[in-house]
Amino acid sequence: MADKESSGGLEFHPMDQFIVKPLFGEVGDPVAWYTITNVTLWLAISVLAVIALMVLATSKRAIVPGNGQSIAEMAYGFVYKMVEDVTGKDGLKYFPYIMTLFMFIVMANFLGLLPMSFTTTSHIAVTAILGFGVFIAVTILGFVKNGAGFLSLFWVSSAPLPLRPILAIIELISYFVRPVSHSIRLAGNMMAGHAVLKVFAGFAQVTAIAPIAIFGVVAIYGLEVLVAFIQAYVFTILTCVYLKDALHPHH
Amino acid sequence: MASETHSAAEGAASAPGMPQLDVTTFGNQIFWLLVALVAIYFVLSRIALPRIAAILAERQGTITNDIAAAEDLKAKARAAEEAYEQALADARAEAQKIAADTRAKIQQDLDAALAKADAEIAAKAAESEAAIAEIRAGALDAVKAVAKDTAAEIVQVMGGKADDKAVATAVDAQVKG
Amino acid sequence: MEGDIANMGQFIGAGLAAIGSGAAAIGVGHVAGNFLAGALRNPSAAAGQTATLFIGIAFAEALGIFAFLVSLLLMFAV
Repeated sequence: MADKESSGGLEFHPMDQFIVKPLFGEVGDPVAWYTITNVTLWLAISVLAVIALMVLATSKRAIVPGNGQSIAEMAYGFVYKMVEDVTGKDGLKYFPYIMTLFMFIVMANFLGLLPMSFTTTSHIAVTAILGFGVFIAVTILGFVKNGAGFLSLFWVSSAPLPLRPILAIIELISYFVRPVSHSIRLAGNMMAGHAVLKVFAGFAQVTAIAPIAIFGVVAIYGLEVLVAFIQAYVFTILTCVYLKDALHPHH
Repeated sequence: MASETHSAAEGAASAPGMPQLDVTTFGNQIFWLLVALVAIYFVLSRIALPRIAAILAERQGTITNDIAAAEDLKAKARAAEEAYEQALADARAEAQKIAADTRAKIQQDLDAALAKADAEIAAKAAESEAAIAEIRAGALDAVKAVAKDTAAEIVQVMGGKADDKAVATAVDAQVKG
Repeated sequence: MEGDIANMGQFIGAGLAAIGSGAAAIGVGHVAGNFLAGALRNPSAAAGQTATLFIGIAFAEALGIFAFLVSLLLMFAV
């Protein structure tokens, strides 16, 4: 990439926004696990945003809610209903975990849309922890709740007998692809949207097409606002679906 | 191609390639992510979610109470409306009665006046007729007298002897016919 | 010179992999269009199926994201 950038007139750095760098000290300093980086900063801002919305905005406990409290209640009701509808009544025990995931992802996505910000959910390391965390938790939960009966998830009893082993292999593969697609979907969507934004912004360097490029940035930004919410929703609802599979493995 | 330039020291600054695949930052991200998730989980499960659940339950109770109160008020309003309708109907009936009475009275007066006027007119007409008959009778007598005189004169001028009785009979016959 | 050819291969491969994003777009459009067709035919059942719609869109899109990821890997990481 380096040689191409120096030769061309246009300068595109669509990936620069994803660089993890220490908050204090030089850009190139080594990043140890405890270093305070821009990741730390934006994760902390996400946590603070969640606290501001869910705790500070509801501190008045008003019967007639204000703006912030309405949004907090809406988020609560939204996730609660999703868990109840998809997973069933016995899934409500796990509602706080799912709410944690949803609030974190939605906040990180929206904060990432601020100019100059860092999108924590665009990193595969972050979303892989989320996705594999859900996967491992759900698998363990399935075995704890159902014992060996959890394996009936892969044994499609409604299919004709000769097909069942083949289906079992397919189901097994798709089961293990779940966390990969689950995490890469989120990271990929975030990364792609932000990179496209940067590319359009790069085209704005050319005066002739700058208006089109700026219009494109606005349009893509609008799309990204939508995507930021939809990806959080999809991540959460897929978590609910996996949780349902763990609680009720029988097809 | 980014990989050959990519030692963590200088790579991040110049040509990053794909920062998502920079394994050296994974530990950092994972550690801080777990910290953030645990923080959010505790804040939500200890403070926020119970509080919101309480608010929603309380609102549900308030709404139920308010709905009951509203039902009460609605019943009262309906009763009041019925009373009002009743009063309105009474008043309307009263007004109609008064109007009918007035109309009957006026009719009565009118009838009396008409009858009186008719009687007066009839009296006047009879009087006038009598007067006219009188005048007509007077006129006939005068005509008869003039005709008798004229006839007697004419008979005398012609050289005859006027027989008063015959002339009178002839004139009477002519005037009648 | 060898590096140039390798670069060229990378870029061509990345471009080819990006076609997969367009294919995913077709898939997502198919899912959404069929949902709309069904929803207009039976609007009362549509509200309960929006979750399924999003799950379907998510699955269809995931594969497009994979293609995009392959493209990015070819561009930046190989």
